[in-house]
Amino acid sequence: MAVITRIAVHVFKESIRDKVLYNLVLFAVLLMGALYLIGQLTAGQDVKVIKDLGLAATQIFGLFIAVFVGIGLVSKEVERRSIYSLLSKPIRRHELILGKYAGLVLALAVNVAVMAVALYLVLGYMSLIESEEFKATWVRPAADPAMLFALFLVFVQLALVTAIALFFSTFSSPSLSAVLTFSLYVVGHFNADLRNFESVVDSSVAVYLARALYYVLPNLAPFDVKAAVVHGEPVSLGYVAMTTWYGAAYVAALLLAAVFIFARRDFK
Amino acid sequence: MNRPWWVRPVAVTVALTALVVVFVTTSVVRDRTYAASAAETELLYVPSGEIVERMALSFDSLVADIYWIRVIQYYGGTKRSESVEKNYDLLGPLLDITTTLDPGFKAAYRFGAIFLTESYPNGPGRPDLAVALLEKGIDAMPDRWEYYMDIGFIYYWWLQDYETAGSWFERAAEVPGASWWLRSLAANTLAAGGSLESSRMLWQQVYDSADNNWIRTEAARRLTQLRALDDINQLIALAVRFNRQAGRPPRGWDELIQAGLLARLPLDPTGLPYVLDVENGAMNVSPESELYPLPGESLPPLSQ
Repeated sequence: MAVITRIAVHVFKESIRDKVLYNLVLFAVLLMGALYLIGQLTAGQDVKVIKDLGLAATQIFGLFIAVFVGIGLVSKEVERRSIYSLLSKPIRRHELILGKYAGLVLALAVNVAVMAVALYLVLGYMSLIESEEFKATWVRPAADPAMLFALFLVFVQLALVTAIALFFSTFSSPSLSAVLTFSLYVVGHFNADLRNFESVVDSSVAVYLARALYYVLPNLAPFDVKAAVVHGEPVSLGYVAMTTWYGAAYVAALLLAAVFIFARRDFK
Repeated sequence: MNRPWWVRPVAVTVALTALVVVFVTTSVVRDRTYAASAAETELLYVPSGEIVERMALSFDSLVADIYWIRVIQYYGGTKRSESVEKNYDLLGPLLDITTTLDPGFKAAYRFGAIFLTESYPNGPGRPDLAVALLEKGIDAMPDRWEYYMDIGFIYYWWLQDYETAGSWFERAAEVPGASWWLRSLAANTLAAGGSLESSRMLWQQVYDSADNNWIRTEAARRLTQLRALDDINQLIALAVRFNRQAGRPPRGWDELIQAGLLARLPLDPTGLPYVLDVENGAMNVSPESELYPLPGESLPPLSQ
């Protein structure tokens, strides 16, 4: 456990130093710029647009970190041949995989947390400058605590995407891993179609195959409650807990598979 | 001989600045020389909301915002353009995509309906599309009584179908949580639809219940239009008196002033003079007025 923690801290520090800070600055600039511009363009819908933009930007920036850092976690060590010096140390292969994953997920957690703070600050400022009369027309307050549900599920989804990237990273090149991870990300949003396949095809074999794929492939659509919280629709704690549980189970399966593949790789 | 360390950064900075100046200048000259392609701005790259929704993955709400901004720009840009033939053809499809991407986008239904119903040249004058948009809103949010009221409103104001308007107001009143005055509005519409007084009551209720400044401003403009219609009714009465006295319709406001019927040039509530058409005696606000065109358009000409 101590080894995993040390690797995680190392990956976390490296991620923060290299990528995440730029990402946060860009996010802050985007939000501040949007605050001014959007007020002029949306006919009174600026709070909705800032919420949409903030939540989507948190997800997009996090997605890029998860994929582009995640695919390099193992494969770059192999490409640079630094894997030899790593494995020559008293580090077991599964510790390397789990430590690297934990480090990147920690970096993503900090990333999402800082973005959430920036988003709440911007929305709090908007709430301060708007008149009471205008605020009375809002469905939910600008700095709505319910947005934390959406931000949390964005984080869980990013943790899942990181696990996908890491899984591919254990047996393929970084570019191929990126393509495969993005493909699964896209497929994950169309997954619900597979469940209703019987409405478009007659073959029972195809229907069963589609149904099997629906359950096996990651279903990412349930992690998206951004629109619901922006419109003030209730998102239950039970739903968030169930979706998180699904994400955790899927991550565990991917990490297990990644450890299994990585343990059998021959680096001679 | 070694060059000083600063030569290279300075040279790169100068070169970069020069290149920026070149491409910005070229861009400015090009824009001034060649008009922007109208086809480029009038293009809807993906006409189906369902396809855009698929392509947006989990960012459909954000993409809906982008389409909403495009709606505002398209409507505002077309309305303000000095083009002789204003084309609002994309307004309906843009609103449809916006509300398909984000069915909970409340403002898109109400604002969109206002944009669509505005008569030409201030809008496309398509109350049918506005009703369809609001019905889509009702499908998505059946508990929003405002959409039922807005449909009734379109039938009242733009289509002058007071019976249908009254039935929509009744449906609005039946939605749990609806405002108490909807029942009296429905009764009033069915009993005296079309009168200036019932119109005034309707707009006053819209003004009082508006959930955003834009709709409140629009309601205030309509109430001002009704004041202009009151003024015009009074001016018509004066012109009739002049006709009785002189045996012919007035040829201009100056004749009414000389006859002592008017103290000064009659101005609409925005401060622009009313227009008297000497050909047929019809009165209206000036086409330059913010109140133009008035609802129901031309009042009966004096000669009739």
